[in-house]
Amino acid sequence: MKNKNKIKIKANGKKITIKSNCSLKELLIQLKIPTKMVAIELNRKIINKSKLDKIALKENDNLEIVHFIGGG
Amino acid sequence: MRKDKLKIANKSYSSRLIVGTGKYRNFEECAKAIKISGAEIVTVAVRRVNITDNTKPLLMDYVDPKKITYLPNTAGCFTSSEALRTLRLAREIGGWKLVKLEVLGDKKNLFPNMMETIKSTEILAKEGFKVMVYCSDDPLMAKRLENIGAAAIMPLASPIGSGLGILNKINIKILRKQTKVPLIIDAGIGDAVDATEAMQLGCDGVLVNTAIAKAKKPLMMAEAIKLAVISGRKSYLSGRINKIFYGKASSPKTGII
Repeated sequence: MKNKNKIKIKANGKKITIKSNCSLKELLIQLKIPTKMVAIELNRKIINKSKLDKIALKENDNLEIVHFIGGG
Repeated sequence: MRKDKLKIANKSYSSRLIVGTGKYRNFEECAKAIKISGAEIVTVAVRRVNITDNTKPLLMDYVDPKKITYLPNTAGCFTSSEALRTLRLAREIGGWKLVKLEVLGDKKNLFPNMMETIKSTEILAKEGFKVMVYCSDDPLMAKRLENIGAAAIMPLASPIGSGLGILNKINIKILRKQTKVPLIIDAGIGDAVDATEAMQLGCDGVLVNTAIAKAKKPLMMAEAIKLAVISGRKSYLSGRINKIFYGKASSPKTGII
């Protein structure tokens, strides 16, 4: 049965269930990801980090959150 | 005497050694090696944040991006679109414009795909990126990259991580003669000798990761390569003697008893 208050999205390749009308900012707080040193892409579009609270997530959204790690 | 500095995209650096941050046993070792190496620029990769476990240590906790210049790299990208996506994200992380472009063409030997590399460099330069470009040691390709706005030409000495040293010294010499932007050896350095040789050939710098990170004693190798780069640079600037094929005594012949 589909729960109207929940939606499914993909974040960094993982399927997660979140409440509907959840903003990107709320989700990042919930995932405990500090926004300072990350970049965010929603459905292949880079998101301006100053507008995170204005973006509501929708069913089947595809989110990528990246940062810097060790590399050559 | 004016100080001999490495200038990339209008910024000066005292160290001519750039080091990678991959393959170390842990971040402590990585941070120590960077410090000992004296490097002011380090390459970093762009990867997904672990969204299920945020307790894992982060590179930034050990290597302060305010003190050390992070050079985001597109390692692992095989197409222009993947590389562009990666670097646009890197720029978004913290306003980075100085980036390293690496578009690979072959999974086995990790040679650069020069068609995709040229295409990407052109787009990135137009978008305002300062692109340091990993490339083949082909003078024609390197010239093309320079003409379309590469901030640095970074030919491989030999395949990435191979430690084979400089395989084609003649090409590197040709590149030295024709290149106006910084010329930095990017891959294949195996030890201090290779680093000195690159500098002796006139390169403006070297980028080393595996040779330090995978040495039995990474910290000691970091120091060895630091000194090797300084040594090679001074030797290059000093102007070496010509090679001759007979002996020439060092002591005067006059006054022999």
